[in-house]
Amino acid sequence: MAVMRFWSPTRQADSDIDADAEEFPAQSALVPADSVPGRSLVIVIAIMTFLAALAANVAILVADASVDWRGDIAREATVQVRPAPGRDIEADVVTAAEAMRQTPGVREARVYAQSESEALLTPWLGEGLDLSELPTPRMIVLKLETENRPDFDRLRMELERVVPNAVLDDHHIFIERLGDMARAAVATAALVFILILAAMAVAVASATRAAVATNREIVEVLHIVGAADDFIAREFQRRFMALGFRGALIGGGGAIAFFVLAQFLAQRWRATGGGEQMEAMFGDFSVGPSGFLVILLLIGGVATLTGYLSRYIVLRHLWRLG
Amino acid sequence: MLSFENVGLRYGVGGETLRDINFQIAPRSFQFLTGPSGAGKTTLMRLIIMALPPTRGLINIFGKDTAALSNEEVAETRRGIGVVFQDFRLLDHLSVYDNVALPLRVLGREESTYRAEVTELLRWVGLGERTHALPTILSGGEKQRAAIARALISQPKLLLADEPTGNVDPTLARRILRLFVELHKAGTAVIIATHDMTLMDQYEEARRLVLADGRLHIFE
Repeated sequence: MAVMRFWSPTRQADSDIDADAEEFPAQSALVPADSVPGRSLVIVIAIMTFLAALAANVAILVADASVDWRGDIAREATVQVRPAPGRDIEADVVTAAEAMRQTPGVREARVYAQSESEALLTPWLGEGLDLSELPTPRMIVLKLETENRPDFDRLRMELERVVPNAVLDDHHIFIERLGDMARAAVATAALVFILILAAMAVAVASATRAAVATNREIVEVLHIVGAADDFIAREFQRRFMALGFRGALIGGGGAIAFFVLAQFLAQRWRATGGGEQMEAMFGDFSVGPSGFLVILLLIGGVATLTGYLSRYIVLRHLWRLG
Repeated sequence: MLSFENVGLRYGVGGETLRDINFQIAPRSFQFLTGPSGAGKTTLMRLIIMALPPTRGLINIFGKDTAALSNEEVAETRRGIGVVFQDFRLLDHLSVYDNVALPLRVLGREESTYRAEVTELLRWVGLGERTHALPTILSGGEKQRAAIARALISQPKLLLADEPTGNVDPTLARRILRLFVELHKAGTAVIIATHDMTLMDQYEEARRLVLADGRLHIFE
């Protein structure tokens, strides 16, 4: 489009001055890099992102482990046949096991031998004791179908009818306690995650306010040349989003490296006794694809949060000025 | 295009710095705003660019009551006003080119669409060789011309210049005045705040607005 410019030598649009032929450096950012407390903010964001990634993955790890624990326990139930005066415990065990096998939803009923039942008492009574004279209860371990679980109330009634001295334990109290514990652990991790993000937001807000104060003259000049508040806020947003992304990338990258290393060490440690217990508790300490996805989302989220928060702070500041 | 009706301005609880200011600026007009130091010339300029709200009275710019403008409308209105500050107000981290292009950049224009425009203007004000220099290495006169170029680049309807020749030698002062006269002939209303009588005598067709004791006296 032709534009008349009084300073043009020919008063013609697009004169023969070939500015495009000249090498022009890239446009400088309106908010200077050194006017923002960039390095310290990047370090704070990196640390916070690392901690937030840890908190998020601990929550995922505990939640996944809890599902596994509860699943394993829920797929089993036990029948305890107690010795009773005038009753043949061996016959009661056989009767009870047979009744269980006939019940829909019970896949397997394995009777623990006398020696196996006694072995269960070893942690409390120690080794080398002759327990044959003690009235040791006998155990029947039931493997349950996951889809077609038995009706435990009917099962109890049936058991009481055929073997009155047998007790069925469906582990529901243990499952509920495990569930409560896992929920508490996940809630704590989520709270820590939120607190970390809140602390990071406070740090970003503080840095933004400092940057606006430092760049007061730039803001004033931009206003005078007709810049709208939104334009100015976008300039700050761009600068802070870049800082946020850099910090989040460092922190998130550190978290990924941490989990990869932890997984590697856990695999090497698995052969030891402590490693087996840890594996029983938390699996193989692998965060899996969902964990890494969470970290990647966290990196993007932190950068976006940093940018939009700084934009909001600047807009609010300018609105107050207005 | 600009009118003040009974405008008064008071800082804090003191007396009024400006009292009962009444004037109109017509399109394509040229005026000097003068008066002794501390008379309120810069304050009046700040009222015009809406950097200060008046304590009383009505200011109308481009047909709009400034008291009723939203932040967005204030920004839009300012785009029609070019301002040359006494202390230049160049951004030291931007090159001369980027400083001059600033009003076009805030309009959201792509850099490639105004490169020739800015380059031409820089040559016209004699800064063709300083395009990529930072303001910190410019002389006072060069800074002044860069500030003027920034005020002109968007071809404003109204140009305000606060002591534009305060930091330059008489030869450059004449050149800068010619630049403003050229701009005026191209259709822009110009207000130059100055106490430089020599400068005013060089363009006697201009109207003179004289601020004294907080009041404005107009000499056509």
